[in-house]
Amino acid sequence: MRRLLVCCLLLCAAAVPSAAQTVQQRLPVCLACHGANGQSQTEGVPSLGAQQKFYTTVQLLMFRERMRVADPMNEMAKGLSDDDLRSFADIIAKLPAPQPPSGPVDDARMARARVLVDQNRCNFCHTPTFAGQDNVPRIADQREEYLVKALRGYKDNSRHGYDASMADVVAPISDPQILDLAYYIARVK
Amino acid sequence: MMGCKTGGLLVAVALALLGTTALAQQANNPPAAQPAAAQPEALPPGSPLIGRPADNPAAAKLAPVPSPPLAIAADKIPVAQLKAPRGFHIELYASGMPNARSMAYSPKGTVFVGSRLQDKVYAITNKDGKRQVHVLVSGLYRPNGVAYKDGTLYIAELSQISKIENVDDKINASPKPVVIYNDLPKDEAHGWKYLAIGPDNKLYFEVGQPGNNVLHDKNHGQLRRINLDGSGAEVIAYGIRNTVGFDWNPRNHDLYFTDNGRDWLSEDLPNDKLNRITKVGEDFGEPYCHQGNVPDIDFGWGHKCSDYVPPVALMGPHAAALGMKFYTGHMFPAEYRDQIFVARHGSWNRTVKFGGDIALVRLNRDGSVKSVEPFITGFLQNNNYIGRPVDVMNMPDGSMLISDDWNGAVYRVSYGNKKTAAR
Repeated sequence: MRRLLVCCLLLCAAAVPSAAQTVQQRLPVCLACHGANGQSQTEGVPSLGAQQKFYTTVQLLMFRERMRVADPMNEMAKGLSDDDLRSFADIIAKLPAPQPPSGPVDDARMARARVLVDQNRCNFCHTPTFAGQDNVPRIADQREEYLVKALRGYKDNSRHGYDASMADVVAPISDPQILDLAYYIARVK
Repeated sequence: MMGCKTGGLLVAVALALLGTTALAQQANNPPAAQPAAAQPEALPPGSPLIGRPADNPAAAKLAPVPSPPLAIAADKIPVAQLKAPRGFHIELYASGMPNARSMAYSPKGTVFVGSRLQDKVYAITNKDGKRQVHVLVSGLYRPNGVAYKDGTLYIAELSQISKIENVDDKINASPKPVVIYNDLPKDEAHGWKYLAIGPDNKLYFEVGQPGNNVLHDKNHGQLRRINLDGSGAEVIAYGIRNTVGFDWNPRNHDLYFTDNGRDWLSEDLPNDKLNRITKVGEDFGEPYCHQGNVPDIDFGWGHKCSDYVPPVALMGPHAAALGMKFYTGHMFPAEYRDQIFVARHGSWNRTVKFGGDIALVRLNRDGSVKSVEPFITGFLQNNNYIGRPVDVMNMPDGSMLISDDWNGAVYRVSYGNKKTAAR
C-alpha cells in the first residue's frame, strides 16, 4: 500500500513531464511504479527488468502515439523524442530480470499450464526461457495479475499488439487457461 | 466488437452443428470429404508459427523479421547500396515515414503513403521540387491500403474502407475519413488490405485467409470490389491466400495480382504466385492447391489442382511478392513499357532469404508471362535486410517510386542522363 502511494505521489508530481528533463532525470518516476530493481511491487504495473529493447521501444512508441491506450503511460510518453524512447529501452534492458514470487508452488497447476504452453507454442516466439527476442517481450517471472490483464486484453481486443501475433495466438485460449498460463509464466525458473 | 476469436468460435460451432458438408458449401467448394476440417483445431488462430515443424532447430530459427519501428534519418538510409540496371538511377524521394507501405498519387503532386503497423497515412507534398512529409491522418487501424481518384483519397484499414474528399486541400487539416464500407471480418491475420481503383471505376481490395493455412468461411480468401460510394459489393475471385498487390494490364485490361504462398511447407515450396483474372468468379485454389501444381498436405485431399486457375508466373519461395504495377511511363526504354514491376518484400520462412528486390515480369503479346527477373536488388545483404520494398508506383514523368517499410522511405527510380531523369 505504501509503495502504491509513493508511486501515485510521484506520478502526480510528474504529471506534466518537462521536455527539458533528461531520460536519467525522468527515470525515478518510471521506476517508482515499475520497481527500481527491475521488479514491480505495484499491482497492475509490469516489471521491466531485462526487457527486450526492441519491444520496449515499440511499446513506448505506441503509448506516445496512442496506438496502445493505457493510463498513465500515454501521458508519460507524451512529447518523448525517438531518441528518448531508445534511451529508455536501453536503460530498462540493463535492469536485473524479475524473480518469481516466494512461497509454495502448486505443482499440478504448473504441469497443467506446461501443457498449455506447448499446445499454444508460447515458447516458440518467447523462447524456451521466456526471455523473449526482438519485438517479442520477456515474460518470464512477470507479475501474475499483469500477465492475466495482458492476455485478456489481447483476447477481447482492448489491447492492440504492434503486429497481429498475440491477437491470433490467444483466440482459442479460454479464461481459465489464461489464469493457468499466467500462474506458470509468473513462476518459471 | 467481434474479434477473430468470436469468428473462429462461430465457425467451430457451425461445424459441430452442421458437419463437414455444410462447411464445404460455406467455403464455396465442392462438398468433398474434409477430414482435417472436422476438428475446430484446423481453423484459426493465424499465428505465423502455426505449422512450424516441432523439434527442428533450423525451423526454430525462422520467424517474421520485425522492421525498425522508429523513423530513420535520411542520411542513414542505404540508398547507395541499391542496384539497378545500367542507365537507371535510384535516389531517396522522401523518408521519416515509419512502416511506409502502399502508395497513391494525386495529380497535385502529392504522394500518399499508408502503413500497416503504425496508425498513420502520410502525405509527401512536392512544391517546386521541394518535398515535405506530413502526417495526413493518425489513429487509424492498420491503414495499409490507399487509392486516389478525382480529389478523393480512399483508405483501407483492417476492417473498413473510408474516404477523404478534397484531400489535397486538407493535407495539414487533420481530415477525418468517412467510412464507406465495413462489411468485413476483423481478423488480424492477413486482415490488412491493398486498395486500387480499376478501369471500371470501382475499388478493389482483398479479404485474406485468416491464418497461415486455414480452411475458412465464405467471407475470406477472396478479392472484392465496391462502387466508390461503398455500395454494390461483389466477390470477383476466390481461392486467394493473401494478395497485397494488383493492377490492370493496359493492353488487355485483365487484372493481375500477386498472392503469397503458405509458410512451413518446405524451404523451396510453395512459390508465391502472379495470377491473372480473365472472368469474374474464378477460383485460384488456396488453401487446397498451391502454385498451380502442389496439393496442400492437409487440405489437398479430395481436390485436384486442375480444378483451379493456375498462376501465370511463380514469384519465388516465400518471396512475399507484394505491390505491383504495369509500367506505363515513357522515361524508361521501350522494352519496359506495359511490363510489370513487382515489389518482393523478401522471405522470412526460409533459411537462405529470397526476394528483397523489385522483380521485372516480362509479358508476351497474349498477356502470358515470358520471364521473371530481378530488376532492383540490394535490399538483402548477407542474408539480412537493409530495406524491404512494399509497393511500386508510376509517376507522371515516367519515373517510378518504391516504398520501403524497413526504412520508412520512398525511393525514385529514373532513367537516362541527368537532364532526362530530372524531375
